[in-house]
Formats: sequence, C-alpha cells, structure tokens
Amino acid sequence: MEARILAIKEEALQCLESARTLEEVENIRVRFLGKKGELTQVLRAMGQIPPEERPRIGQLANQVKEVLEKALQQARERVEGQELAFRLEREKIDVTLPGYPLPLGHRHPIYQTLEEIRDIFVGLGFDVVEGPEVEKDYYNFEALNIPKDHPARDMQDSFYITEEILLRTHTSPVQIRVMEERYPEIPIKIIAPGKVYRRDDDATHSPMFFQVEGLLVDRKVTFGELKGTLMTFLKQMFGEGIRVRFRPSYFPFTEPSAEVDMSCVICNGEGCRVCKQTGWLEILGSGMVHPQVLKMAGYDPQEVSGFAFGLGVDRIAMLRYGIDDLRLFYENDHRFLQQF
Amino acid sequence: MRIPYNWLKKYVKVDLPSQELAHLLTMAGLEVEGIEDLSLKCKGVVVGEIRSLEPHPYADRLWVCQVDVGERVIQLVTGAPNVRAGQKVAVALEGARLPDGQEIKRASFRGVVSQGMLCSPQELGLDPGLFSAEEREGIISLPPDSPPGEDISRALGLEDQVLVLELTPNRGDCLSIWGVAREVAALTGAPLCWPHLQLEEEGNIEEWIAVEIESPELCPRYLARVVTGVKVAPSPAWLQGFLRACGLRPINNVVDITNFVMWEMGQPLHAFDYDKLGGKRIIVRTARPGEKIVTLDGEERLLDPSMLVIADEKDPVAVAGVMGGLESEVTFSTCSVLIEAACFDNISIRRTSKRLGLRSEASLRFERGVDVEAVPKAADRAAQLMAQLAGGKVIGGRLDAYPRKFFPVTISLRPERVNELLGTSLPSREIKELLERLHLEVRGEGPFQVKVPSFRRDLKEEADLIEEVARIYGYDRITPTLPGQVTSRPKQTWRQKWEQKGREAAFLAGLSEVVTYSFISPRIWDHLLLPPEHPWRRALKIANPLKEDHSVMRPSLLPGLLQVALRNFNRKVTSLEIYEVGRVFLPREGDLPEEPLRLAGLVMGVRDRAWNRPTLPLDFYYLKGVVENILSRVRCPGVIFEATSSLPFLHPGRAALLEKGEEVLGYLGELHPQVLKNIDLPCRACVFELDWERVGRHSQDYPRHQPLPRYPSVERDLALVVKEEVPARAVEEVIKEAGGDMLWSCRLFDVYRGDPVPPGCKSLAFSLVFRVPHRTLTEEEVNRRMKRIEEELVFRIGASVRR
Repeated sequence: MEARILAIKEEALQCLESARTLEEVENIRVRFLGKKGELTQVLRAMGQIPPEERPRIGQLANQVKEVLEKALQQARERVEGQELAFRLEREKIDVTLPGYPLPLGHRHPIYQTLEEIRDIFVGLGFDVVEGPEVEKDYYNFEALNIPKDHPARDMQDSFYITEEILLRTHTSPVQIRVMEERYPEIPIKIIAPGKVYRRDDDATHSPMFFQVEGLLVDRKVTFGELKGTLMTFLKQMFGEGIRVRFRPSYFPFTEPSAEVDMSCVICNGEGCRVCKQTGWLEILGSGMVHPQVLKMAGYDPQEVSGFAFGLGVDRIAMLRYGIDDLRLFYENDHRFLQQF
Repeated sequence: MRIPYNWLKKYVKVDLPSQELAHLLTMAGLEVEGIEDLSLKCKGVVVGEIRSLEPHPYADRLWVCQVDVGERVIQLVTGAPNVRAGQKVAVALEGARLPDGQEIKRASFRGVVSQGMLCSPQELGLDPGLFSAEEREGIISLPPDSPPGEDISRALGLEDQVLVLELTPNRGDCLSIWGVAREVAALTGAPLCWPHLQLEEEGNIEEWIAVEIESPELCPRYLARVVTGVKVAPSPAWLQGFLRACGLRPINNVVDITNFVMWEMGQPLHAFDYDKLGGKRIIVRTARPGEKIVTLDGEERLLDPSMLVIADEKDPVAVAGVMGGLESEVTFSTCSVLIEAACFDNISIRRTSKRLGLRSEASLRFERGVDVEAVPKAADRAAQLMAQLAGGKVIGGRLDAYPRKFFPVTISLRPERVNELLGTSLPSREIKELLERLHLEVRGEGPFQVKVPSFRRDLKEEADLIEEVARIYGYDRITPTLPGQVTSRPKQTWRQKWEQKGREAAFLAGLSEVVTYSFISPRIWDHLLLPPEHPWRRALKIANPLKEDHSVMRPSLLPGLLQVALRNFNRKVTSLEIYEVGRVFLPREGDLPEEPLRLAGLVMGVRDRAWNRPTLPLDFYYLKGVVENILSRVRCPGVIFEATSSLPFLHPGRAALLEKGEEVLGYLGELHPQVLKNIDLPCRACVFELDWERVGRHSQDYPRHQPLPRYPSVERDLALVVKEEVPARAVEEVIKEAGGDMLWSCRLFDVYRGDPVPPGCKSLAFSLVFRVPHRTLTEEEVNRRMKRIEEELVFRIGASVRR
C-alpha cells in the first residue's frame, strides 16, 4: 500500500512536470485527486489494510495529497506564465508601421499670427473691436486728417466703389468709429484687427493684407507709454532679446509720429537680405493721436490725449515662419498650408 | 531724394562718416534708405581727346582715331556713330578692366591696330537713362573741360557717395541739399555755409518783359529774371557729374543750371527761350477750354480750365509748375533766357499733374510746398550761374509779382504740455534751445511764442512743435513706461468669439484654412450657371480694379474656394480639404454694404489608402459629416438637410439646403458637372457655405448638463426594406415618433442594396436604444414598443421589416 501511494506520488509529480497547458494540469488533478482519482481510490481502500497500519498510511496519504495539491498549484502558475509569455510572443506587432491616418486640419499662418498678436494685446488690457472693410472716404481719410488732395493719399492708393466709398486702406478708420460711438467714455483702449486693401500687386505688395490697429485715449496718455506698450508687445512676440527703436515719421493722424523698427530676427541685427543689410526691420507705424483727429471724433484735445499704432500682420507672419514671399499667403497651395 | 555727400559737405561743415550721418538723419525722421557708392568698378579707363578721325580703309562703318590720353597719343578703332574730332571720350586703355570683368586687349580690326576701346555708358556700368540717346547708342561724350588722362570716375564726378533719402510728404523743405544741410546743422551743431552770391546787372528788366497774374489764388508769387547773350552748350564736368549723381540727365548748361538750383535750394525753376515768348508778356492764368500744349517730352496735352498755365500773349508756354512747353524750350540757338521762379498752389499742381499723368521733379516740390520767401534768391542764383557758365549778361532787376504775401505763423507752445505729452521732464530752457536749432524763433516764457520760418510750412500747431522737440531731443531718449488703464469692456464681442469658434470647429473637423482675396472675377457667375437675375450678379463693383479678375466684392466665399481648388489641381495637388471664414459683401441701397460672416468649405479627391484603411473618397457624405461635426461642436442641433435643386451651381440630385425652423443656414452639395467643366476642374468637388452669424443665433453658448442614466438601457437592431426614393430621414422620423419618449436614440448604421432586397428597393438598418430615466425597462415593454414602430413603418411608408 505504502509503495503504491509513493508510486502514485512519483507518477503524478512526473506528469505535472511535463504538463504544458492548464487543461493538462486539470486532467492530472482529475486522474490522481479527482473523485475517481488514483489516490482517492487508494484512500477508499483503507478499510482493507490492517488497523494498526492505518494511522501511518493515512498520514502518508494525506501528506502525498498535500504535496500533490501544492505541486498542482505550482504547475498551474507555471503553465499560466508560459501561456502568457506565449501569447505575448504571438501578439507581437511591428510598431514601426504608420498609425491610423486621422484627418488633420491646418490653420492659416496669417490667422495664427493674428490671434497671437491679439492675445498679447488682450493681455495688456486692450479690447478687440471691428469695423467695416468697405468704408466711407470720411472715416478712411477725412476724419483722419487726410483731406482730399492731401499728398498722404499717394502713400495709399485706394480701390474705390464710388467717389465716397472705398475699400479701407488701413484699419485706422476703426479708431474714429470707436471714438464716435463711445464718446465721452474714457479710457478707450482697443485693438482692431482686419483686412485692408491697397492698389498694389507685386512681389512685396498684396492688394489685400492684414493690419492690427491700436488706440488708447485717456487723460495724460504719453509718448513714453506708447513706447512702453509697443516694446512690451514686440518682446512678447519675438523674445526678450530683440532691440526696438523709434524714429520720427509722418502720418497725418498722429503727431508726433514714430516708425518702429526692431532688430532683424533673421540675422540678429548683423545685416542680411531680409533687413536689406540694415540690421533693422520696419515693423509698425505709430504716434500720439493728432489733436485734429480727437476733435473730429468729439473729444477735447486739451482734456485727453492718446496714442495709436498700426502693424502689418503679414510682415510679422513672414518673420515668424521665415516666409520670404508674401504671395504664398494668398495662393493657398496645399503644400504650403500643411506646413502650419 | 538723392544727396551726393561731398556736395552736402560744401553746405554744412560736417565730417562724419556717411554711415554715421545716415543714422543720425534716419533717427531724426529723414530716413536714409541706402548709401550708394558711385565710383565705377573699373580700372584703366581715362579721359581721351579725339585728335583726328578718319574712315577705316577697309571697313565701311569703322573709324580710326588718334586719341590723346594725357601723356601719349594712341590709335583706336571704333564703330560709334557719334564719334567726332575734338570730342572728349572715355577710353579703356590696353590692360583696363571693365565692371563686367572684361579685360581690354590690343586688337586688330581688318589690319588696323586698336590700342584700347572707346566706351559707352553701359560698358562702364552707368545708367544709360542719364545719358543722351546718341551716347546710349554710341560712346560717352564727356564735358569739353575734362582733362585727358584723368581717371574716368573723377572726370564723371563719381568719387562720391549718395545718401538716398526716403522723405515723408510733410518734409518738402528737405527736397534740397540746402534743406538737408539745415537739418544736419540742427542735429550736429555744424555751421551752415551758403555760396557767395553776387550779380553784375545791366539794363532794366521792365523793358524786356511784363508779368501778370490772372489767378492769384493759384499763384502766390511769380518772379522773372532775364539773362541775355547766353551761349548754350554742354555743361562743365562738375555740373554734369552733380546732376548724374542726383539721377538727372544733363541737357545743356542753361537747363542744367535750373535743375542744379532746384536740387540745391528746392525751388523749381524754368528757363524759357525769351525770343519765343509772344508779345513779351507772361500771363499766369487758367487754361481755356480746348487749349492744347506740346510739353517738353514731345506729348501733346489737352488742357482744361482747372489747370494753371504760363502763357505769352496768345498761347500757353508751360503747364505751371509741372512741365514747360516744347515751343519755348531752350535750345543751342537760344540767345536770351527768361528765368521763372514761382510759387504755385500745391493742390492745383497736384490735381493737374495727376490729371495729365505727368509727374516731374518740379511738380513734386510744388505739391509738397516750396519756400515762397526764397524765390528771389533762387532766381538770382540761377542768373549768377548763367552768367558764369554760359557767358550771359544779367538784365537789371527782377519782375516780382507777389500777390499773396507770406505772413509768418506764430504758435503758442506750453513747455509743460511738451512734457505731459512726451512723458519727459525737459526744462523750458532746453525745449527753447531745441527749437532754436531748427531756426524757429522762440519768444516769451510760460507759453512760448514760436515764430515759424517760411520754409517750415508743415508746422501748424502745438503738436507739430512738440514733435520737433522730441525729434531733435531723440525719440530713443524718451523713457518707455506701461499705461495702467483698465476698462470694464468685454475683451471680445460675441461675434468675434463666434468667428473664432467657427475657425476652430472647421479646423478640428480636419479642414485646412485658406485666405482668399475679397475681390473676385464677375466672369464666375456665368461659369456657375447663375440666371441673369441672380442676386450675386449684383455684387459690389470696384470702380478702379487692378484687373477684371479682381473687380467685384464677393457675395459668397464659393468663387474663392473654387479658385484655390483649381490652382491646386493645376499644380497636381488633386485632393483638398479646405475652409475659409470671412466676410462677404451684400450691397445695400444708399448705405455701406452689409458684411456678414460666412464659413465655407470644399473637398475634392480622396484621402489616400493606408495599410490599415482603404481609400476614402472625399465626397458628399464625407463633407456632410464635416458639416455635422462643425454644427455639433458649436452646439447647433437639429439642422435639417433638405434636398434641393434650386441652386444652379450644384448637382440637382446631390444638393441640400441646411434648415433650422424657418431659416436657411446654408447649403451643401456636389458641384454641377457643367460648372466643373466651365471652370476646367476635371474632378468632382463638394462644397458648403454657412451663414455663420445665423448659425450662431441657433446655437447654445454653453451645453446644458444632463444627469447620467442610472438604469440600464435595452438595445435592438431594426432592418427594413423601403422603396429607393424614400429618404432615410422620413424613416427615421417615423421611428422616432412611434418610439416616443422611451426611444433614447436611433442611429442608422447600414444601407444595403442587392440580393435578397428586391430591385428598386434598399435595406436600411438602425440601431435603437430604449431607456427611461427612473426605472429599468422590461423586455415585454420594449417588445411592444418595437412592434408599434414596425407597424407604423409598414403602415406609413410601406416598409417591410427584415428578420
């Protein structure tokens, strides 16, 4: 009997060792420890052995049963581990294959730039306003101190609809519209982004382009504040490292007027093709609002003063993305657009 | 404005390198666009004098000349038609190198040796426009006083640098060397220096000419001087050199002197051949209707009564301030010259030159305003030079008609206002000193009384003076500060935020943003098959477009998108998914046009197959998905796509209007095959356009939160066979109606045609989800509801249910 039990144990352990699947392990359990299993059968035959032998054999049988149960558990774990490893091996994929092609839209570089500019000024406390693109001569010129036959009209050749209506040549008319609408409210602190139109079409001029106008009207606004605002903007836009300079210029609707240059971001002020070897880039026009303009919009120039500025978005976008031909913006070649 | 630097130094004693001076001027508002080095990039080219000239013995068109080149005489062969004995020429000696790199070698022309070459302006790299036609076709004819053997750069006055100024229109006073010298003096403190002016006069001008101004409002001053006995000839070397450096073509000594004085002082002058002036009278008047004049450029010009002319007793002899007449032009046979120095109304000159399409250096200066008080000095200066360079005798006196005398303006300036506006704290004394450097006379304390000189007519009010203070003080020295204003205004309006949302929604739906011109070609309307009365045909017209293709303001974004599709297709980009957000322009009677915002898109071609996905056609249903995606992102639910054949440019069987309640929000469809043919786009394309603000009015700004379901749902699939012409939406509506509140959602997931579905029919499969908020539905309830749905479908649209 004893030999039989030990033989069962040996055989069971041997079987378990070679088991490869959970199913095989289970079969082994049934064969040896199941209701009709070999060890169970042996235990059932306990009655046939002498009573004095029983405790010893019984103990032995229980020990073997315990050993086998433990071995079964280990075998299960081993087989499970093997199966998992096998599955992982089987499920291996080529991770270098391309991923699923989801649709991917692109934002136009002009609008990306425009939004960046807008967000900086909003952060500086300006609110955003709009005005019509088809505008009255009065708002585009007259109210900005540019009467008919003024030489400054040469600087901006216009598209006319009728004698009195034209496509706005700059975003400056929005200054007048906002002042008229909000008078006598102060402070006015706005930017006005949008499309503008000039009768020019060559490598460096597009008949349609984008500007952002800015205006601050309040008591005691200073030229120093104009400088501070624009320097802050340019540094936020192009980085702390750039240098900015203000030089006198002429716009009929500002006095004093200033052209703002920034050190060339391409060559870092060393001189290159983009800055025409000057190291400087003309980036925007600005000035203190002309008293005549304040007066025409209803404000008393003795009471309030203001500054205004206008910047070309296309130019800034060209610098931002290293684009050297303005016309690319309006050709909308897909191979261009998908770079942004 | 071109300023030769060596010349500038004669008038103001500066000794800065040109770069430094350029920076100084730029930072004071006279932008120096560039510095041009005039000297020629050549070696071994000198002045020669043609001693003798004879025809080549064996060649018809060639000449053999003996040329004095300073220390020796050499033999040259030339084919230049304008070569003459005694002429001064530019000789490239043996071994010389021309700007294009060519090296000159001894050569033999049909047996005659040439020890160098006579040069044309082009061969020396000079602008041919600054030389006569004869010289352009032949060789340079140097001034008679050029010394043989002298280096050509020196002989042409090219050992100089030119400051190229880009002047703003308010600074007419700087359209002269003298004006720029004044600025330089103000900026550097260097002393100004005016050439000595002395005239010897004989006789009395009143015996020679009478001047009458009929239109004093257009001519505040007209001054005449007469110089007689002039010998008209080419100008001396220095004068020709000066003019070329300034970009002007030398003509003859008399004309060159008038141009020289204009460049020197800013006062345009005109020289008339005195003997051609009928009646010895000058009348400044407006042109008579129908009057004509042939101007110096040889063109006949029709004048009108808005134009001011200078006339003799009968006819116009010049268009005042714009260009002289050919008839009274100074020629080599002219003996007496009438010098005109005048001042004309700037607006009148501007209009006239614009109307005649004739801009001249003179008209430019009159438009910007000349110094009326400097008129006599300019006339004297010209007379002096004519006496010196053309051997003329100056007739005594000037005839000076000055009906509108200049009165200096005095502007009041508060020093505290200067600091308040600039954000500076300049002491009054410094402000005064800065202004005085500009020749402004400053009187008084507290508010200064500032007297503006006649050459600074741009200074009209306090702000102008504040700019002058800031300019001379230096903008860069003003401390930047940040303004602290805050406003309670919203940072962006609803419309702006909504526009932004549209751009982002379309981009997130996989389209790429384009920006097209707001002006389009009106030819597109025929291509789009629009009937004659279609409102788009009444789009806003531009009166002066650059080209027909850009001549009307778009009433729709569609033409722009088609243009982009076409351009890309022609560049072999045959698949495209694009959108644009922008304003369109709808004319309104008696008002500015309405400018509503539109969002439009176009797709064509396919999304290429990938290893894990087949080719995806970018067709109607793809674009419909895009539109649904956009609408759903901006929370505009319940938009109905209603089949339409009312849009002539869309395929009548593949077009839908987007409707919400009573309102049409836009359209979606495939382009009509005829339209594709008309615009030469050889592939299908689908488009949509939404009235974006209208969509906005039907959208929720914020979503309304719904509690999460707490009880399980029951799902059922339903497959039906219906007639081909039954639209899916009709089926869906029946299901939803019959399903009632219990039907949580209904989604069509399959359309099938073919066996076993009978021909002319299609099978539609829906996935239905049933759920109620407060309890779990029973199987029984759902079965009953399914049965009702099926019965309704059979009864109302003749569907049969597939099991």
